[in-house]
Amino acid sequence: MKTIVRLTLVEAVRRRILWAFLGLTVVIALLTAWGFSVLIDSAQRHGVNDVQIEVGVSQILILLAFMFSFVLAMSAAFLGAPSISSEVESGVLLAVLARPLRRSELILGRWLGLAIIVVAYTAVAGVFELGVTKLVTDYLPPHPVPAVAYLAGQAIVLLTISVLLSTRLPGIAAGAICVVLFGLSWMAGVMGGIAAALNLPEVASLANGARYLLPLDGLWKGTVFSLEPPSIALLGQLVGGRGGQAVSANPFFATSGPAPAYLLYVALWVAAVLGLAIFSFRRREI
Amino acid sequence: MTDATAIETRELAKRYKETIALAGLTMTVPRGEVFGFLGPNGAGKTTAVKLLLGRARPTGGQGVVLGAPLGDLAARRRIGYLPELFRYQSWLRAREVLAAHCELAGVPSDRWAGQISSVLELVGLTDRAGDRVGSFSKGMQQRLGIAVALLGDPEVVFLDEPTSALDPVGRADVRALIHHLREHGVTVFLNSHLLGEVEKVCDRVAIVDRGRVIVEGRIDELLGSRSVRIRVTEFDGKAEASLGRFGPLTIEGDWLTIRPVEAESVPDIVATIVAGGGRVHAVEPGRATLEDRFLALLQIEEALEAAKS
Repeated sequence: MKTIVRLTLVEAVRRRILWAFLGLTVVIALLTAWGFSVLIDSAQRHGVNDVQIEVGVSQILILLAFMFSFVLAMSAAFLGAPSISSEVESGVLLAVLARPLRRSELILGRWLGLAIIVVAYTAVAGVFELGVTKLVTDYLPPHPVPAVAYLAGQAIVLLTISVLLSTRLPGIAAGAICVVLFGLSWMAGVMGGIAAALNLPEVASLANGARYLLPLDGLWKGTVFSLEPPSIALLGQLVGGRGGQAVSANPFFATSGPAPAYLLYVALWVAAVLGLAIFSFRRREI
Repeated sequence: MTDATAIETRELAKRYKETIALAGLTMTVPRGEVFGFLGPNGAGKTTAVKLLLGRARPTGGQGVVLGAPLGDLAARRRIGYLPELFRYQSWLRAREVLAAHCELAGVPSDRWAGQISSVLELVGLTDRAGDRVGSFSKGMQQRLGIAVALLGDPEVVFLDEPTSALDPVGRADVRALIHHLREHGVTVFLNSHLLGEVEKVCDRVAIVDRGRVIVEGRIDELLGSRSVRIRVTEFDGKAEASLGRFGPLTIEGDWLTIRPVEAESVPDIVATIVAGGGRVHAVEPGRATLEDRFLALLQIEEALEAAKS
């Protein structure tokens, strides 16, 4: 399996995937620094107080995180979607599968290699963005490490489903399905919040089901909660009741992070989908 | 199956829903021989290779490769494989592809360098070992594929159309390589459409059609008897009768054909004609080619099928 992991990592470096990601991250970090400096400068000149500036910065940071979550999810999907199918189509796997290598080792090796790339990129991009934000605005979110970890978690979820699809579908089809699933999952999260705020239990439970089917929304809320200043979360808790639920319905606010049970569920979900990918690939005749 | 057998199948079958890809393949490949596996498109050759390598599961029958069930993980350490349509990672160097396959094949790491140098030399790629595979021509990729198949000192090598992308020099190199493998006791399972190539290198062949072996045997037996065609003028009927002792004679115009004939008899035949006053203009020793036999057998099969239906 370690041969496959190593080949996956070498591929990412040689095919300039990592370098493209890192280059874009540097550009975005520079733009962020410039944007924040303009914002802070302008706010201070107009007499905006520090608490308001902190809330504003945190909200922009959450929007940046949202952009990154999208970029990461799409990157994971488009790395994972062709990971098996393209090698079957090109014939690379024909000689590999004739070796004493279990198909499960191939799937796990590809997944692990890509997961390392995704997590490493998320960590580097997270350090860049949070570092630049701290440097320019002096704002550091209350839970920076979990924020980055939840973002990486979302990418891993999408990577895992894309690897599963790649065992059967061509890369383009698998990638397109992942994009749709990402959108649907995000919509389900928003719908669930709105349904809860409007007290529509049937819709809420339906949306909740969808959230568990592809567990992205809970991780996103974790990122939001980790990036918010404590004052925002406190506000949501103080408002309480229907008002608090209305705050929760906003995808860019969160009153709490994901429960440990939910995180355990995500880990089990990833393991189960990987198991399904192995089962699917073992059944495939190449 | 005995230790002297590399591959053995009994009624090995594969069905995809309504389509029968392999109807019941029964064959034996002795160890150390070069075995040609021939058949028209759609005969089931690729399916057979898939089953033998464990890439697909049979729906009937059974088979063993190197004494182990088809697809056995441990047996795969002793098998080399060159696929027909393949590509290696374009972003790797030739040496890196070989190193990856050494690792996958379970070759101890202290033997990688020696193995890689040896196979690169065998396929003539030593000078290009440090180049990216993406820069290789089709023929060079084919050579690299053969090098990959030879890693790990395999006991059986499956070569699927090994000369398809090669120029005449490359083909001669592959023939030499196959002879080299045979000399070292390696069993070669050769799947090829180039019947001339098969005829030159194989000890034994099996011809498959509609998923069944229609004939299997040593190539000498399969090609049958030799003949000789001689263009003669000024040769009378009495003298012609004297040629009868060399074998059955047929005459078409100036051409005399004796089939079957012992190859050693040809000088005596010519001497007899000359002694009888004949003038010899041409002597063509002949033999049915594998292609002749292949086409004839397929025609017989088709006729039998037509008669059945």
